[in-house]
Amino acid sequence: MSLEVRQGEFFGLLGPNGAGKTTLISIIAGLARANAGGVSVMGADVVADYRRARRMLGVVPQELVFDPFFTVRETLRIQSGYFGLRGNDAWIDEVMRHLDLTAKADANMRSLSGGMKRRVLVAQALVHKPPVIVLDEPTAGVDVELRQGLWQFVRRLNRDGHTIVLTTHYLEEAEEHCERIAMLKAGRIVALDSTKNLLASFAGPHPADLEDVFLRIMHRD
Amino acid sequence: MIGFNTLLYKELLRFWKVAFQTVGGPVLSALLYLIIFAQALGGHVRVFEGVPYTAFLVPGLVMMSILQNAFANSSSSLIQSKITGNLVFVLVTPISHLEFFGAYVIASMARGLVVGAGVLVVTLWFVELRLAAPLWALAFALLGSALLAVLGLLAGIWAEKFDQIAAFQNFLVLPLTMLSGVFYSIHTLPGVWQQVSHLNPFFYMIDGFRYGFFGVSDFAPAASLAVVAVSLAALSAATLWLLKTGYKLRT
Repeated sequence: MSLEVRQGEFFGLLGPNGAGKTTLISIIAGLARANAGGVSVMGADVVADYRRARRMLGVVPQELVFDPFFTVRETLRIQSGYFGLRGNDAWIDEVMRHLDLTAKADANMRSLSGGMKRRVLVAQALVHKPPVIVLDEPTAGVDVELRQGLWQFVRRLNRDGHTIVLTTHYLEEAEEHCERIAMLKAGRIVALDSTKNLLASFAGPHPADLEDVFLRIMHRD
Repeated sequence: MIGFNTLLYKELLRFWKVAFQTVGGPVLSALLYLIIFAQALGGHVRVFEGVPYTAFLVPGLVMMSILQNAFANSSSSLIQSKITGNLVFVLVTPISHLEFFGAYVIASMARGLVVGAGVLVVTLWFVELRLAAPLWALAFALLGSALLAVLGLLAGIWAEKFDQIAAFQNFLVLPLTMLSGVFYSIHTLPGVWQQVSHLNPFFYMIDGFRYGFFGVSDFAPAASLAVVAVSLAALSAATLWLLKTGYKLRT
């Protein structure tokens, strides 16, 4: 596949389970190696120039992972340090405020609910203010309130110039937020266009929604 | 450098936060060995000329604790991070394979040395010890803890389950330490078993460390140190290569 996400874009990566979305993200993040081809983030090759590439990238993983030894604030301070940042508390406080984590700053990660852990994952991906943010199903199993708060924050980051790459199975979220969408099937791109064009090209007597478009594209061949 | 320092700090904090289990437990075990073995065998075992058995036992137990805990730290930290998935927090950062290696190894050496110091302090109630060659003891403590820290890292990289780490510990680290002369001088063994003991790299670490206390050893300390240093260099090179290629850490 060949794919370019433009700087500052809110980009959607859609596809059924097993289409290769997470594999693609893993290759971008350096968690997996591509058998062939290359990926670069803001011009930095993810293998040859991995240090620069990773500094530009914030990834929110799909799995709800956490380190049970630390509190929320410790987790975020440590994550900042990994990116070479010390004295990052002003930004950490701001991220925590936006994600409604301030009250839990000194709580151990183990004691948090699933939704709260998800917020910490988002905060961890943002500690180094990466210009490119990859969200791998960030709203899976998350309540309405957090979903809304999260989208508000992500949209603000996008307005501030951050590039957002989103994968989700909630197509209404993609339709609402993404300017452009790539649809993946079995490791290949089967559709790549602006959300507007995708919707228009499948509109019949009634306006199509992204779910119709998605199903028609996936069952086209 | 901040990335490396942070990973090192995180690894130190990880065992220090549960020090009761990671430091207290091993110190108690060593103390139990001392009491039981010294009580049961004290009058029966001949070791070095003029060295009482209890005094002989202490450096062995200290070194055994250093080695076992250095291994336990890096192996368990890495396998836990792999299985719970939180290793991803490190893997997505600009931290290089060298920094990763350094942080895990130094933190594990620290755990081994803290436990070793703890064992030494509590056993001092029972025996009077003097350090005949403290620099030798220090050299063996540092290189020995580094060797086992690297071995633990290697085990952690390779293993996919906690059982595999346990197997490593129970079928490799434990027998090699137990049969390395912690509890006896290999000169008391029949000829063939003396030869076999020389194939055990742990023997050189225990024996060399003990030299630092008594100025007497089964094997020349400089040669022992060379064996340990060469093993450390070889194992480090292999581990660094695996880390660089991302073996079993990056798919």
